[in-house]
Amino acid sequence: MRPDRAGRRRAVAGYTAAILLASVMLIPFLWMLSTALMDEFEVFQYPPPLLPADPQWANFPNALTQLPFARFFLNSGILAVCMVLGQTLTGALGGYAFARFRFAGRGAVFAAYLGALMVPAIVLLIPRFLLIDALGGVDTIAGLVSTELVSVWGVFLLRQFFLSLPRETEDAARVDGASEWTIFWRIALPLARPALATVALFSFIDAWKSFLWPLVVTQSLEMRTVEVGIASFHGLYYANWPYQMAAAVTALIPVLVAFLASQRFFTRGIQLTGIR
Amino acid sequence: MPSVSFDHLHKRFGATAVIDDFTLEVADGELVVLVGGSGSGKSTVLRMLAGLESPTSGSIRIGTRDVTALPPRERDVAMVFQDYALYPHMTVRENLSLGLRLRKMARAEIDRRITWAAGLLGLDTLLDRKPKALSGGQRQRVAMGRAMVREPAVFLFDEPLSNLDASLRAQMRIQIGTLQRRLGTTTVYVTHDQVEAMTLGDRIVVLADGRIQQVGRPIDIYEAPVNRFVAGFIGTPPMNFVEGTVVDDGGTRAFVADGARVALRGEVAERVAPGRALTLGVRPEDLRVAGPDGPWAEGPSLHGRVVLVERLGGSSHVHFEVGARRLMVALGNEALPAVDEMLSVQLSPGRMHWFDADGRAERPGYVAPTLEQALIMSRQKVAIITAGGSGMGAGAARRLAAAGFRVSILSSSGKGEALAKELGGIGVTGSNQSTEDLTRLVDATVDAWGRIDLLVNSAGHGPRAPVLELTDEDWHRGWTCTS
Repeated sequence: MRPDRAGRRRAVAGYTAAILLASVMLIPFLWMLSTALMDEFEVFQYPPPLLPADPQWANFPNALTQLPFARFFLNSGILAVCMVLGQTLTGALGGYAFARFRFAGRGAVFAAYLGALMVPAIVLLIPRFLLIDALGGVDTIAGLVSTELVSVWGVFLLRQFFLSLPRETEDAARVDGASEWTIFWRIALPLARPALATVALFSFIDAWKSFLWPLVVTQSLEMRTVEVGIASFHGLYYANWPYQMAAAVTALIPVLVAFLASQRFFTRGIQLTGIR
Repeated sequence: MPSVSFDHLHKRFGATAVIDDFTLEVADGELVVLVGGSGSGKSTVLRMLAGLESPTSGSIRIGTRDVTALPPRERDVAMVFQDYALYPHMTVRENLSLGLRLRKMARAEIDRRITWAAGLLGLDTLLDRKPKALSGGQRQRVAMGRAMVREPAVFLFDEPLSNLDASLRAQMRIQIGTLQRRLGTTTVYVTHDQVEAMTLGDRIVVLADGRIQQVGRPIDIYEAPVNRFVAGFIGTPPMNFVEGTVVDDGGTRAFVADGARVALRGEVAERVAPGRALTLGVRPEDLRVAGPDGPWAEGPSLHGRVVLVERLGGSSHVHFEVGARRLMVALGNEALPAVDEMLSVQLSPGRMHWFDADGRAERPGYVAPTLEQALIMSRQKVAIITAGGSGMGAGAARRLAAAGFRVSILSSSGKGEALAKELGGIGVTGSNQSTEDLTRLVDATVDAWGRIDLLVNSAGHGPRAPVLELTDEDWHRGWTCTS
């Protein structure tokens, strides 16, 4: 067999596999888009139609005004901004301390931190709620945000990054007259920008798609977030699929923009930790 | 500029002693090189001086201050790191100025210092670049500049040239030496490269396994290594060693090894008993191919088969096997032997080193450097010359005066005084065997200039050294040589 032919075969096989995998990801999304434009009852036809017979563009404004989505977006936005700021800052401080300072019990504390990564978030749901309730934070922004300000994963990722920075640079700053805080603030932190961006991006996405915690900790309609709002199209006896999908497509836009604007940090995050 | 002193410094990591009883005085303005292999502890000493590591016990002083417990920023030291350790996110200008900005120095003064350092190091056009856009040599110069602008009490260099290629390394070595002499800043320089140590150091400290092996001027260490480790470490190409035993050779003692037999004389012969193990050390440059009329034709020789000839251009290294040992002789390029030829080399009687079974030198004797060597080593400016009225002594006086030295001349005739007058120095008429006359010379010199840096004894024949003892105050880390 000639080598170029072998190469072509390999390329064909590669592309086929890639297309198959991409389809697995893409088809549900396309279906969601298609459903968002269907008539309320078209959804339930059998066999289900692939495309709407008559695209219902009005589904979008109708869905977004039937419930106070402007308020939902604001709530989700507040949650996202707080989580991004909180998680990058605590991640940087915690990660730097674990990477650079020697203190009693460092190994044990770090192991406990990693252990926390293994605990499913759902197990913590009830204790978190009880805690926030005891503090009088249920159905408030403070209650929604406060337990989300630290991310174990962020601390871990930034620790790994700080470990990869050469110590000599910090030693040079130390000899140059820098205090430990100056070294962190003016040397280590600027150098950690790619890792900080990765943490920020992941926090943003986490905040935007979080559902269970906002569902539990908020009660009044005006405290709901976008995700919870979308879910409320789904009643006990009735579900308006097209409206739900139209709202979901709209909610995707910020995430999509954030992702497209910072794709390289996603890759960087995976390189750094091998996670996700 | 202050001095630095290490007092019984110890450093342990767990049960391992990394630095064992390190005591050293570095004089004001001196450049001391710590040299040793990897794991010798040389960088640890430097990091302890910088304040980046703390000693297990012992103390460090800079000038009159005990800095043992002070953080790096309070020590007034500046350090050049092996990997340069520049701040990657800052421009060259910001790299240079960070230390000054942290000290809240005035903007104008910072600019002045940056301009000064950038001018000296040729960084003028690079100030707005980031380290990523610089070559290795340029980064190295930025690292130097960052240390220089601080105008610190002490410079610390941690293998600053080891990441550069050979030609750049030689160039930077000269630049570092020149700058240090120009600035006169007390400097501690760590390297594993003995060529850097020999060429840069006012004094060298040879370290192995965390212990000081020998401290001394480069030429002293080269000429009189105190043990086999130092002998093998200092000098390129490295010293040849031949292990053998002492035998009784009909009343006199001789050193016998496979392919070698050397009659022992003087001090060594008196000290070693027959049957004892002894190692002969001889530098490749101290061997000559045997010839009937050679200068050492009478002396001992080694015989072996040539296994490799390395031509280096200016000289050649000929490797030959004596018994099971491989030795090397450094030769000129003419009449080189061929591989597999038999070779006889002669040993100069004065150039043999002896080591006992523990590697300690049996003859820690001192061989005075030549005038040229002493000139290179001494960068101070006052010399006294004995028997300097005529001949070799007068020649030395003229050369020293031409090199910028102030000269004091002792001679038995009036010629010395006349020559001193001509050279703008001090002349004393007297004998170099008279303590009184020598004392007059020393007193006159110290009265005039406050120090003595070089003593040239040109009365090298007959009694070798003048009857002279210099006090530490007169004698300013000086050198003695014969002309």
